[in-house]
Amino acid sequence: MPKIHGAVTIEKERCKGCDLCVVACPCDVLSLQPKEVNDRGYHFAYPANEEACIGCAACAMVCPDACIEVYRVVVK
Amino acid sequence: MTREEIIRPENKVYSRPRLIDDNYMHYCPGCSHGVAHKLVAEVIEEMGLEDKAIGIAPVGCSVFAYNYIDCDWIEAAHGRAPALATAASRLNPDKVVFTYQGDGDLAAIGSAETIHACTRGENIVIIMINNGIYGMTGGQMSPCTILGAKTATSPYGRRADLNGFPLKVSNMVALLDGTCYVTRQAVHTVQAVRKAKNALKKAFKNAIEKKGTSFIEIVGTCSSGWKLTPEKSNKWMEENMFANYPLGDIKDTSAGLEEKTVEVKK
Repeated sequence: MPKIHGAVTIEKERCKGCDLCVVACPCDVLSLQPKEVNDRGYHFAYPANEEACIGCAACAMVCPDACIEVYRVVVK
Repeated sequence: MTREEIIRPENKVYSRPRLIDDNYMHYCPGCSHGVAHKLVAEVIEEMGLEDKAIGIAPVGCSVFAYNYIDCDWIEAAHGRAPALATAASRLNPDKVVFTYQGDGDLAAIGSAETIHACTRGENIVIIMINNGIYGMTGGQMSPCTILGAKTATSPYGRRADLNGFPLKVSNMVALLDGTCYVTRQAVHTVQAVRKAKNALKKAFKNAIEKKGTSFIEIVGTCSSGWKLTPEKSNKWMEENMFANYPLGDIKDTSAGLEEKTVEVKK
């Protein structure tokens, strides 16, 4: 069975910490920084549970600030 | 597999649309405008309309739309975007003209312009973001505010006997003969985003083929105006807004108009 590896990069200065990507992720990969903030004072999102990512791009599609890039590799 | 092995240009499946500028958007966290902007940029890019698309920016939260999407824009007076779009599309028949408006702009002060542009059947795309509130000026009641919704000017909820009923603009313009495609979409889930993108594509195609006015209503959220978190806003929208504004196509005669269009071209 092919295995899917995914990864996301989040442009931290663009992120406003709206939490929509965290809710949209089916694999509970993303989460908001609990303490750290970006230059504009938002608790930005980061991939907390990176191994679980399948690169489905659900987070990126609902992101209103277009700060998420998604990569996917299918290993057969 | 390591993160470095996965993050390579050839493995990229989604990134910021090329036509979205580097400027940070001024919208509040979780605003539906961001996703709608992204969809418009993606559709323009995918259809190769960068040099052909002319956007008409409204007055309201999306007044700075021209700072975020990299195509030609004209800034209209409050509510007059469809009138300006009429002029732009008649003077430049080879261009694709679209307006991007909120519900306060389109349904309140711009209702006459909207109705008459639709009834004339101008070959334009009208995109309306309906969040049932005047978000920019501090959350006042708009014509599309649903009954019972609390806003700055209806603190105990909108009442039918005092404030009247919410205006269903899409259902209204669907009655007009000039419109060829009227649909209501949302952008709160992945599924809804994909559907909204297809609807936008169809609308731009109709404008290119000169089939009449396409009207896309996107039911959106206003977390700041509704005083909820973005996640709760989406839930509130699903429970309350969708009961008043059910999603789906309201009118689609674009397929049947093909013969007529050919005749006009001759």
